[in-house]
Amino acid sequence: MIPVAFTYKRAGSVSEALELAAEHGDDAKFLAGGHSLLPLMKLRLAAPEVIIDLSGLRDLSYVTDQGSYVAIGALTRHHDVEHSDLLRREVPLLAHTAGQVGDPQIRHRGTIGGSIAHADPASDLPATLLTLDATLVAQGSDGTREIPVGEFFQGLFETSLEPDELLTEIRVPKPASAGAWSFQKFTQRAIDWAIVGCAVQDSRVGLVNMGGTPLRAATVEAALSDGAAPADAAAHAAEGTSAADDIRATRAYREHLARVLVSRALTEARSRV
Amino acid sequence: MKVDLTVNGKDVTADVEDRMLLVHFLRDEANLTATNVGCDTTSCGACTVLLDGESVKSCTVLAAQASGHEVTTLEGLARDGEMHPVQRAFHNEHGLQCGFCTPGMVMAIVSLLKENPHPTEDQVRQGLEGNLCRCTGYHNIVRAALAAADEEKVTA
Repeated sequence: MIPVAFTYKRAGSVSEALELAAEHGDDAKFLAGGHSLLPLMKLRLAAPEVIIDLSGLRDLSYVTDQGSYVAIGALTRHHDVEHSDLLRREVPLLAHTAGQVGDPQIRHRGTIGGSIAHADPASDLPATLLTLDATLVAQGSDGTREIPVGEFFQGLFETSLEPDELLTEIRVPKPASAGAWSFQKFTQRAIDWAIVGCAVQDSRVGLVNMGGTPLRAATVEAALSDGAAPADAAAHAAEGTSAADDIRATRAYREHLARVLVSRALTEARSRV
Repeated sequence: MKVDLTVNGKDVTADVEDRMLLVHFLRDEANLTATNVGCDTTSCGACTVLLDGESVKSCTVLAAQASGHEVTTLEGLARDGEMHPVQRAFHNEHGLQCGFCTPGMVMAIVSLLKENPHPTEDQVRQGLEGNLCRCTGYHNIVRAALAAADEEKVTA
């Protein structure tokens, strides 16, 4: 399969990437690791006229300790998030989840920023960063702004990024109890997207693939704060969700999976501390 | 556009379409046909090569993205007529049936052993989650990976 013809541009700096984006507007797409966009282009579900390759922006690949939070450059690859000693110590949920994305080859290319900006509700990292209450930093021609992750995902593949804005950094607050985490992912085959997934950190619960965006299981969280046991709180996991009926699973099956996986995740998170 | 890659240590330059995929560049421009196109959807791993020493699926990388970088294909593993330890292990352990997935499996294992020189069997199986064998001949492939890990001097 071959994508529709496009013009390839390689940005040498963030400012050059922003200039190219401003010049080409909606006709252009940023390309990070390319493991979400290129498959869509090969299937001709996406056909940008201009590709702005960000892979030369090496200074956007880092994981640094900022005291109360860990700063992750948007172009940090899943492989590097997975193997970061800092993240394994301070935010083990994120390091672990990065290691569950796709397969080793995909993790050698795919980036955390690319995964977030692509905003696929079936992806592992958007729901995980939602669970971790991350803050996203975007740079545009007018400067930078911080976007709470809860305001970032607007719909299926839709974010609050402007067309001429570039996601540059992900800031992850260090959890109160780093060890109280779990990530559950139910798939048909090893490398598939989750039919349903679930991330837990402390008493926060995020859901993968239970609607058009990654979701927080608000009713479960409320039940936990009222002192409900994990299994009882997990019974609320499908409330407020809008899971799809598709070839992999019916909506009812996804709702069942959400309850089961949330229960497992809450139990595992508690058992770790 | 002009792309300039180092493939198996040799400079390969070509004027190609911006949309050319790395796997097509390797097969049609560099004339290296060990790298197979299997599923063409980033699933099967038959097109796995090393990009700057790490395994990638070359059906999901543009030749343009790889320009200025180093690519190693299966053809680049043997040294002075001597098979690479992973190739030798595939031979000794009968790690192939029809052979279609083999180039990708070998490259994925070379990358795996570089990152983790002494993996457990479970780590090998997890590490090969991105490579499908249509003959389902996984047991001997895993045995080959473990046998290669036992050999010293496993280098890409």
